[in-house]
Amino acid sequence: MSKILTDSLEWIDARYPLSKMWNEHLAQYYAPKNFNVWYYFGSLALMVLVMQIFTGIFLAVNYKPDAALAFASVEYIMRDVEYGWLIRYMHAIGASFFFLIVYLHMFRALIYGSYRKPRELLWIIGVFIYLCLMAESFFGYLLPWGQMSYWGAQVIISLFGAIPYVGEDLAVWVRGDFVIGDATLNRFFVYHVVLMPIILLALAVVHIIALHEVGSNNPDGIEIKKNKDPKTGIPKDGIPFHPYYTVKDIVGIAVFLIIFSVVVFYAPEMGGYFLEKNNFLPADPMTTPEHIEPLWYFTPFYAILRAVPDKFFGVMGMGGAIVVLFFLPWLDRSPVKSIRYKGWIFKSALALFVISFFGLGYLGMQTVTPTTTLFAQIFSVIYFAFFLLMPWYSKWDETKPEPERVTD
Amino acid sequence: MRRLILAFILLVPGITLASSGGVELQQAGNDISDRASLQAGAKLFVNYCMGCHSANYVRYQRVGQDLGLSDDDLTENLMFSSEKVGETMSIAMDKYDAERWFGVTPPDLSVIARARGTDWLYTYMLSFYLDSSRPWGVNNLVFKDVGMPHVMWDQQGWQKLVHTTDEHGHEKAELVLVNEADKDKAEQYKKDMRNLANFLEYMGEPAKLQRESLGWKVILFLVIFLGFAYALKKEYWRDVH
Amino acid sequence: MGVDDKSKRRFLVASTSVVGAVGVGFAVWPFLASLKPSAKTQAAGAPVEADISQLEDGQQMTVEWRGKPVWIVKRTEKILADLKSDPLIAKLSDPDSSVTDQQPAYAQNPNRSIKAEYLVVIGICTHLGCSPTYVKENDPHDLGSDWVGGFFCPCHGSFFDLAGRVFSGVPAPTNLVVPPHTYLSDTRILVGIDQDKGAA
Repeated sequence: MSKILTDSLEWIDARYPLSKMWNEHLAQYYAPKNFNVWYYFGSLALMVLVMQIFTGIFLAVNYKPDAALAFASVEYIMRDVEYGWLIRYMHAIGASFFFLIVYLHMFRALIYGSYRKPRELLWIIGVFIYLCLMAESFFGYLLPWGQMSYWGAQVIISLFGAIPYVGEDLAVWVRGDFVIGDATLNRFFVYHVVLMPIILLALAVVHIIALHEVGSNNPDGIEIKKNKDPKTGIPKDGIPFHPYYTVKDIVGIAVFLIIFSVVVFYAPEMGGYFLEKNNFLPADPMTTPEHIEPLWYFTPFYAILRAVPDKFFGVMGMGGAIVVLFFLPWLDRSPVKSIRYKGWIFKSALALFVISFFGLGYLGMQTVTPTTTLFAQIFSVIYFAFFLLMPWYSKWDETKPEPERVTD
Repeated sequence: MRRLILAFILLVPGITLASSGGVELQQAGNDISDRASLQAGAKLFVNYCMGCHSANYVRYQRVGQDLGLSDDDLTENLMFSSEKVGETMSIAMDKYDAERWFGVTPPDLSVIARARGTDWLYTYMLSFYLDSSRPWGVNNLVFKDVGMPHVMWDQQGWQKLVHTTDEHGHEKAELVLVNEADKDKAEQYKKDMRNLANFLEYMGEPAKLQRESLGWKVILFLVIFLGFAYALKKEYWRDVH
Repeated sequence: MGVDDKSKRRFLVASTSVVGAVGVGFAVWPFLASLKPSAKTQAAGAPVEADISQLEDGQQMTVEWRGKPVWIVKRTEKILADLKSDPLIAKLSDPDSSVTDQQPAYAQNPNRSIKAEYLVVIGICTHLGCSPTYVKENDPHDLGSDWVGGFFCPCHGSFFDLAGRVFSGVPAPTNLVVPPHTYLSDTRILVGIDQDKGAA
């Protein structure tokens, strides 16, 4: 039996680098042994991506991308299709969890300096994934064809109108109609189920290849490759990803699935955060709901948009809030990577940044008043200051010396 | 750091409530596992609401299954004889006629409970009052200038709007019965509306009962799996520590 | 690492894998179930009624049941006699309807019907799903001088007689399917419900 297996493996290996890939990416990929809880989110993000694609396929089987049929087809899935409700909830709630995981994953990079040399490109690919994820989610949110789908898309696409000269024509071109219409729905469906998933999958693969090229960072922010066993050439603080991190990530996945199931089965609407009330009303181009807000994961940027009292600069501000992330690797001038060895200046800056991000997220859900606008402006300034002043304050910061070897 | 984040998560308050015209909503206090209540609600829905409102995504047969009604019960009590149990709860009212009569097409009510909330629907049904300025002679406290007449006025008795001032000097709008003799009737009407709201909530998400009965089994299984996975991880990680 | 550790590890790997595999099995079920005909489809596939009062001798009518054509043919005395004739039976692959899946028990008789006069059969060729054509004895055809009327499938050239029985030596393997059906009255047939279950 084992002879047949080894022979088959040999046969394959002579034609495809199966053992080689297994070793490079799992059995002989040496990851630092001091990963903490923050390091679960990478593998979780990958799992949720697979889950979204899987559930998405089964939704697309019954969904109809037609303005006259879309809303009804979603309710059809919720009622007439056996277990359709489960698949739809997994997908819709999975989207929120995807963002939650990705935000935590990005925050991990932020606190342990995972974006610093030699991982700049890894970070940039990651920001591209985040951008694509936003697009994917935006296209997908139109599909239920509820009031929030419709007016949310209307508002966001109208942002293109802010671009001088060509803006309005561009917005019409994106929609394929003068307002959001059947043509928009049809093309967004295609982008959502074909275009973006292909790009996302490809970027995820590239992200992992880049990671395995440079090696994982760790909570101490030191390079384990600097301390290799002279005989084997294996980093002294490294352990093979498989079996150690595979068995660990399985635990993470189990915990995630428990939390996910609690929401899917007992709080699918999550008080209106995951499934918005107004989206249970069919899209009506004649009536805007009193209160439009994007889903929670977009609200920080939506708040920045509203904080600027000018259409063009508002859009620039919103876009800039994401674009600035690309430059993070070169903004940080601290001699150390991890927050563990950074000083009070960085820690305070980060705390202010977190407060601002949550504050903006909260304000993005509220109706606009002069007070909320003022706060949104303050938070927006802090948000940008965190990044744009980083070259200075990260240099002034009093850091502690990094250890030679990873700590537990 | 972790504590800080947690604190912020807890600080984000609940989402703003659906518009209720500033009126405090009354608790429907319904229970979708109460079949008798659902059956009573279904009957009210068919007899009163379906004159104008459809529930195009809801199949009679599914309602029967979930409410414990046989196909014969359905055909006798809830349906017109010409309809089949597999059909949806649709109506024949013409869209254009409807617009002429009510100013708007009466909305489909399949998912209305998820859009408005059960408490809102319950309060709405209790909040009609006489207003001679409106085409149907009634207005509604939670849905100002609504196009819908008070279909069940003879079940509730007419209400009128009175403005009172409380001890703090705040003006308050309150609904009182025009005719005190309708008091018992109005109490029964409240119970009926609880049943109706209950049925509307059920109809908004028929899978809810199924979801809640399946959920704990899935979670229990995952907890067992977590036990195994954790033991496995611990065993392997003895090499590292 | 001692021997005990190794066997403990093996046990934990095996047990976690088994529990995980069971979980995946459970998780896959809702997805497969979602591909079954939905409540809407099942409602649309409800039994259909056919009024046969206007049907004339030798005439065929079609009703749609579950999206498939169901033929009802009123057979004459001559046709019924032909169905029993030896030259025809010699040409058939399964003259006695011995493949039980192809008709309900109450139609497993020489005429393959409840009432000899009426043939009720699903008009889908048992080869690859085309719908055959009804060719009467007297219709212009090039199916040979001994053709006594029947069905001809233009896709791949299969023949069936007027009891829906397949000829031998053609691609179709079995007789045409007789759907469950019942007589509500002498002139009304309900297709989709078995005789003993329906109200007669």
